[in-house]
Amino acid sequence: MSEQTKNVPVLEADHLGISFGGLKAVSDFNMTLGKNELVGLIGPNGAGKTTVFNLLTGVYAPTEGLLTINGVPAHGKNTDQIVRMGVARTFQNIRLFKNLTVLDNVLVACSLSMHYSMLEAAFRLPRYWKEEKKARSKAMELLKVFHLEDCADWKADNLPYGKQRKLEIARAMATNPSLLLLDEPAAGMNPTETQELMDTIRLLREKFDITILLIEHDMNLVLGICEKIYVLDYGKLIACGDPQTVINDPKVITAYLGAEEEGGETK
Amino acid sequence: MTKKTAFSYGINLLAVLILFFVLLLLNQQGIVNKYVLGIMTLICINIILAVSLNVTTGCLGQIALGHAGFMSAGAYTAAIFTQAGVIPGVGGYFAGLLLGGLVAAIIGIIIGLPALRLRGDYLAIITLAFGEIIRVIIENMTITGGAQGLKGIKKLSAMGVSLFGMNEDFSAFAIVFFLMVISVVVMYTMMVSRHGRAILAIREDDIASEAAGVNNTYYRTLAFTISAFFAGIAGGMYAHYIGILGAKSFDFNKSIEILITVVLGGLGSFTGSVVSAIALTSLPELLRQFSDYRMLVYSIVLILVMIFKPSGLMGTKEFSLTRLFGGRKNKSSQKGSDTQ
Repeated sequence: MSEQTKNVPVLEADHLGISFGGLKAVSDFNMTLGKNELVGLIGPNGAGKTTVFNLLTGVYAPTEGLLTINGVPAHGKNTDQIVRMGVARTFQNIRLFKNLTVLDNVLVACSLSMHYSMLEAAFRLPRYWKEEKKARSKAMELLKVFHLEDCADWKADNLPYGKQRKLEIARAMATNPSLLLLDEPAAGMNPTETQELMDTIRLLREKFDITILLIEHDMNLVLGICEKIYVLDYGKLIACGDPQTVINDPKVITAYLGAEEEGGETK
Repeated sequence: MTKKTAFSYGINLLAVLILFFVLLLLNQQGIVNKYVLGIMTLICINIILAVSLNVTTGCLGQIALGHAGFMSAGAYTAAIFTQAGVIPGVGGYFAGLLLGGLVAAIIGIIIGLPALRLRGDYLAIITLAFGEIIRVIIENMTITGGAQGLKGIKKLSAMGVSLFGMNEDFSAFAIVFFLMVISVVVMYTMMVSRHGRAILAIREDDIASEAAGVNNTYYRTLAFTISAFFAGIAGGMYAHYIGILGAKSFDFNKSIEILITVVLGGLGSFTGSVVSAIALTSLPELLRQFSDYRMLVYSIVLILVMIFKPSGLMGTKEFSLTRLFGGRKNKSSQKGSDTQ
């Protein structure tokens, strides 16, 4: 259902792989993400899910294969260049700028769309004020989407856990991505928070018209919102397709979901 | 510009001017004599040094031990430039300072690009080594006077500047004072901008900063270069205050001294660096009557501060006149509102 013919795929990974010395962490990874899709990446611990994220965001340079973002080759680009190409991410263990304010956390990421030079900032020339004002209102708008506007002046470190997760997503969104990678966004959340998060993710996709790829262990969340699921095991894709096909795939059941209850419980 | 920021800029400007006129008045009354003016000039120079190192150490979060190297590069460049007499008088002084800053900044880029690949202790050692290399090079060049040093640099107070009928000594101090204010303000405004935020983000988490689109290498080098530029300017001011340069005075003890000032003031706090530079420059002078014990007291003060306030005098916070007078919570600029 998600394989509609949409012009240029947002992301295309063609036989992507990486080895650390003799260890093949990920190999032969193929993925095509179209516009506005919501896709899940699942697999047992140590399967290489986060490594895939690191490959897609330029943290690691792939040792094999090709990576294309919005039709432009992104092979061997640095993380900040890939962010500029429209891929933003969050981290499994939250990485905020802890001693900066909530607003400043988002403003750091807004920097990409701000245009004033060091000298204009030093002497506070008009363009500085104009651009700062524009960025500030954009950042506040983003914070509103995540219901964080009341804590804009807080130190990021002082936010409760759930809000820190949201702030990290808000910061990623501030780079104007066309593809958002979420690394276990629901980790450590209670069911209510997870429910709220699902709503936020859906809202993000609709409001900003972006593609979302997420790693998640919470199958309720994955099956609840993802239209397509990729399953990774030992660095290889073992299945991919719409949720129902994937969870009934015997290979996926042996590798990840487990035999009896899980399969029946989900639907 | 909102009303609030306009208010805070105004009040800080006012504070600087009031401070200046109080000093002028005291000078005319004969209370601030030539000796005190000299110390205050040194204070201004040390403030620039401390605040500029604060950009690398406080904002970028990397310990650099080669600050005296940048200072000496600026000092020698400015001194050689004015001695050559390309531009006579005080114009040459300003041109020399700018040139000194630029030379220091270029050295900063050259050192920064390879050195900033390292972090923490490793970077500290590398910058220490680079500082020593600069010193050894200066000691072995003929243009810098070799180990003998550079003599007969025209002092600013001997350049015959008389601003608005002030005497020559005070005019020289006035120039140094306002250069210091401008330097501190410019460093502060640079750090409260998208560039400054990127640098702070790298300090907080360099993996996350990259994921937020910050080019880490570029901004690391930028912070380091800004730091070097202003250290160079401070060096040039020092050369034209002291009148004689020897490479020995820019050894690594000098770098450590500047680092101590920054740490004592609180890493990342501009006002902290300012307050601490004032305190640490004037303390040995105030204690002169206890002659032998003064360095002891100096050290004890350092130890006490580190025991009772390990984050430094100001921590990472800024002292804000706006907050003091405006009543409202306002995270606004503080501009060199140092009091003597």
